[in-house]
Parts: sequence; C-alpha cells; structure tokens
Amino acid sequence: MTTSRKRFTAPQRLLHWLMAICILSMLFIGVGMVSTVTSKYLTLVQIHKPLGIAILVLALIRLSLRFVFHAPALPADMPEPMKLAAELSQYVLYALMIGMPLIGWGMLSAASYPVVLFGSVHLPSILPVSPSLHTLLWHAHYYLAFAFFATILMHVAAILFHKLIRNDGVFETMAPMLPQDKSE
Amino acid sequence: MPQSPLLLKKISIARLAIIAAVVGVVAVAFAYTAGWLSSNRLTPKKLVASLAPPRGPALGHRRNHAKGICFTGTFEANGNGSELSKAQVFMPGQYPVVGRFNLATADPNAADAMVRVRGLGIRITPPNGQEWRSAMIDAPIFPVSTVQGFYDLQMASASKQPDAMKKVIAAHPEFLTFVSWAKSAPWTSSYAEERYNSLNSFLFIDGSGAKHTIRWSLIPAAQPVAISPDELAKRGPDFLEKEITQRVAAGPQRWSLMVTVANPGDPAADPSKAWPADRRTVNVGTLTVQQIEQEADGPCRDINYDPTVLPAGITTSDDPFPSARSAAYSRSYNSRTAEEKYYPRNATGAKQ
Repeated sequence: MTTSRKRFTAPQRLLHWLMAICILSMLFIGVGMVSTVTSKYLTLVQIHKPLGIAILVLALIRLSLRFVFHAPALPADMPEPMKLAAELSQYVLYALMIGMPLIGWGMLSAASYPVVLFGSVHLPSILPVSPSLHTLLWHAHYYLAFAFFATILMHVAAILFHKLIRNDGVFETMAPMLPQDKSE
Repeated sequence: MPQSPLLLKKISIARLAIIAAVVGVVAVAFAYTAGWLSSNRLTPKKLVASLAPPRGPALGHRRNHAKGICFTGTFEANGNGSELSKAQVFMPGQYPVVGRFNLATADPNAADAMVRVRGLGIRITPPNGQEWRSAMIDAPIFPVSTVQGFYDLQMASASKQPDAMKKVIAAHPEFLTFVSWAKSAPWTSSYAEERYNSLNSFLFIDGSGAKHTIRWSLIPAAQPVAISPDELAKRGPDFLEKEITQRVAAGPQRWSLMVTVANPGDPAADPSKAWPADRRTVNVGTLTVQQIEQEADGPCRDINYDPTVLPAGITTSDDPFPSARSAAYSRSYNSRTAEEKYYPRNATGAKQ
C-alpha cells in the first residue's frame, strides 16, 4: 500500500525518529543491564520496563497511522531484490517493535514477577506462571534483541546507501526536515 | 560539470567507507555496553558462577540457598509501620505470604549440620498487588562490605592457592567479624527458632514523602535452644525440614517483624557493619507460618525472592548489594527454570 505523497506524513516522521531513539536506547539498556551487578543494574531495569511498554504503545499508534496514510512508493528504478529487502525489513521491524515488548511482558508474567512501570503503577500478568513458558520467552527475548539490533544496523546502512550512493529520495521520505521545508 | 568515471568511483568508495564506519561505531558501542570488550567487568554470570561447587551447579536448583522448603501463611500488619512507610503492606490487615526456609548452600542435598547460615525468603501480597519480597539470613551481618569483595571471597575459597584466603581477608578485614559470629553463635535445631535479618538497608517512604533508612529482622516467638552441630548431624541430614513440618502441623509459628531506623551517619551502605544496638526499632506486625509444603511441588518453587521487588513506599538505599543480588538472582532463576527437566518435580506441577 503506497501513497502518491513523496514523504511520510509529519506524525509518521515524528514517531519514527522518537521511536528510533527509544528502541536504540532500549537495546543498549538491555545488553548493558544484564552485564552488570552495580546499582546501574536496577536503574536500567527500571527504565527498561516502562520504556518497553511505551515502545509497544507507540508502535501500535504508528501501525495505525501506516494503515491510514500508507508509505511513499519506492523509486521505480530500484532493483527488485532491493525493493524486496526494503519491504521485508518493514515487516520485520514492525513485528519486533510490537513483539519484543509483549514477549518481555509475557516473560515477566510467566516468572511471577510484578510488572512495575513506575511507583504504584503496575501491569497485570498476561500469562500463567510456568518455567517452560518463561524459558521459551526469555530465549526469544534474548535472541530477538540481537536480531533487532542487526536489523537496525542494516536499516541504517541501507538508508545511508540510498542517501550517499543512490541519492534517490528514499532518505528524504523520512527525513525529519528538508532544506526546502522553509519554502513549502 | 562532467566528472570522470574514476572520480565518481573514488567518491563512491569514500561514501561506502562512511557507511561502514557509522555502522561499525554503533556496533562497537553496543559490544562495549554488553561488556564484551571488558573482561574485568563483574557480570551476573561471573558472580553466579562463583557460587557453584567445583563439580558445577546443581541443575534445576537455585544457585545458592539451594536446599529449602516452602511455607504459606500470613503477615498481619499492626499499623505501626505506616508512620515510616506508606506501603499498603503496613496498613492494619492480614496479607497472604508465600515463603521458603532455606540453607545457604549451592548443594540441594547438603546435610543440615554442614551449613552454617540459614535463610528465609518471603513474598507478601497485599490487596493492591504491590508485592514485597525479601530474602533474609540468620547471620547478623554480611561477610564482606562490597559486592566485588563477595566475589573475591568466593573465588578465594574455591582457589587452590594457599594464600588466596589470606589475601582476601587482608583486603576485607570485616570478614573476621563474620567468622567470629560463625564460630561462636549457637546453632539451633529448628528454622522456627532463628532470627532472620534483612542485612541490607532500604528506604521507607512515609506519607509526607520523607525517607527513613531502615533494616529489618524477623524475631522468632519460639525460644531458641542451642544444639551443637555434631548433635544436629546425629538427627539426620534433613532434620530441619522434618522438624519444621511437624512443628507447624502442631501449631502455627510466629515471628515479629522489627524495623530498625538508622541514625544519621550509620553505615547504611555496608551490610557487614551492624548498627548500634540502641537504634529505634518499631514492631510493625507478625509473620505467621501456617503450612509447610515440599519445594518440589510447592508454591515457592517458581518464585525468585528478589529483594528489589518492593511496593511503592519502599525503595533501595545506597547499599550496593540489593542491585547485585537482583542481577544474580535473575540469572539464577533464568538458568534453573531452563533446566526444569533436571529438577525432581512431580507431573502435577507447582501450586500457585
């Protein structure tokens, strides 16, 4: 589904960049927290949980906006394999943005941990307590985090390729602002 | 302006190098954050591994305090704690408890008389769902003052170097205070006769937002009766579990939860240092143990007694241990739940 617009709408662009910061932070927080026993551990865990839920909410809003506004078409002269990779990566990224927080939430539930967001605000358990379920979800959360990070690196490399090598306008579809914005 | 193909090619290579550099820098930053570039970082993995006996951990079991038995009961708050903390768990009322008596050993089959330190894990669930979990031990102080020190102590005690322990003790003279407790404190023949201490300090936050640095202890109603380790050994390797099962079947066992409030300047960040005996204490309620259940299918089996699971009204203090314990307990929990098949459970599964 594409639109004749040359760029994503302003709310879509805002969400993209906001979530880019959140998700990259989240991945760094995740690998950082499990690597330390200092007081940073607790601080990072306390950020990880509410930030994960925030990403889930933002991802759902973003998916809705995508259904309403669609995405600008990829350049007609892009090779088919690149187009395929671009489209597949969108599916992968949406699946991870929505899946990872749900897996994390389910993992905590299966381990009988309270899911504390902040202060007295906590979320209900979404799964029964089960060591096998916990193990499955914990492994998924762990390995998918690295897959998520690898996908983001490829996403960054690809968009820089579009900008610096092909200069085909794909970067501009999501750029926060453009030089000609002033004249629009 | 026409450009030569050669120049275009050079520009492209330079730009590809920029792309590779950007991706590379982010990847290296990630690797650094994950600790892959810092072999000296004390990770939860290392800390938990240091607890394992030479032949490796007991698969499917807690990595420390591996031998234990579940109980259920209640915590009845008398309301006195509300002056110090706004947590619902201190408002007058009776709240369900799932707990675990345990021995501080990595071996789930250790004989009772071989383990000096005994512990109690507790989860109190008030109606608002804001749980309070705690894992306490009967020692009045922790062996060392820092997390790194604890790790060094584990490594030294497993080391074959003859002077390994000497070095750690030289760096951590506070360990001798613990040793003197371990040598001189009387043993008892019952989990019910032990006093269990938080050791770590926490902050209670009252209704006005004021913070109070506190520690707590569970004081047994049962009178402790001293017994020598030899005498205890004669009663059998699992006497403590049999004794507490019979004792609770005969009648519920009780402890008073005593909260001790620090004075300014008391060593709140060092669990190896006791606070002076004259500090203000508040009796905030009574723990009643009503039923004992074997761990294999008991309600405590799948609970991680992570001491940082706290309700609003209690937070961690500048004591560095709860954070380290939380990180290590989580690692232990992830490992043991993934080793489910090695754990001697019944097909029916644990009660919840």
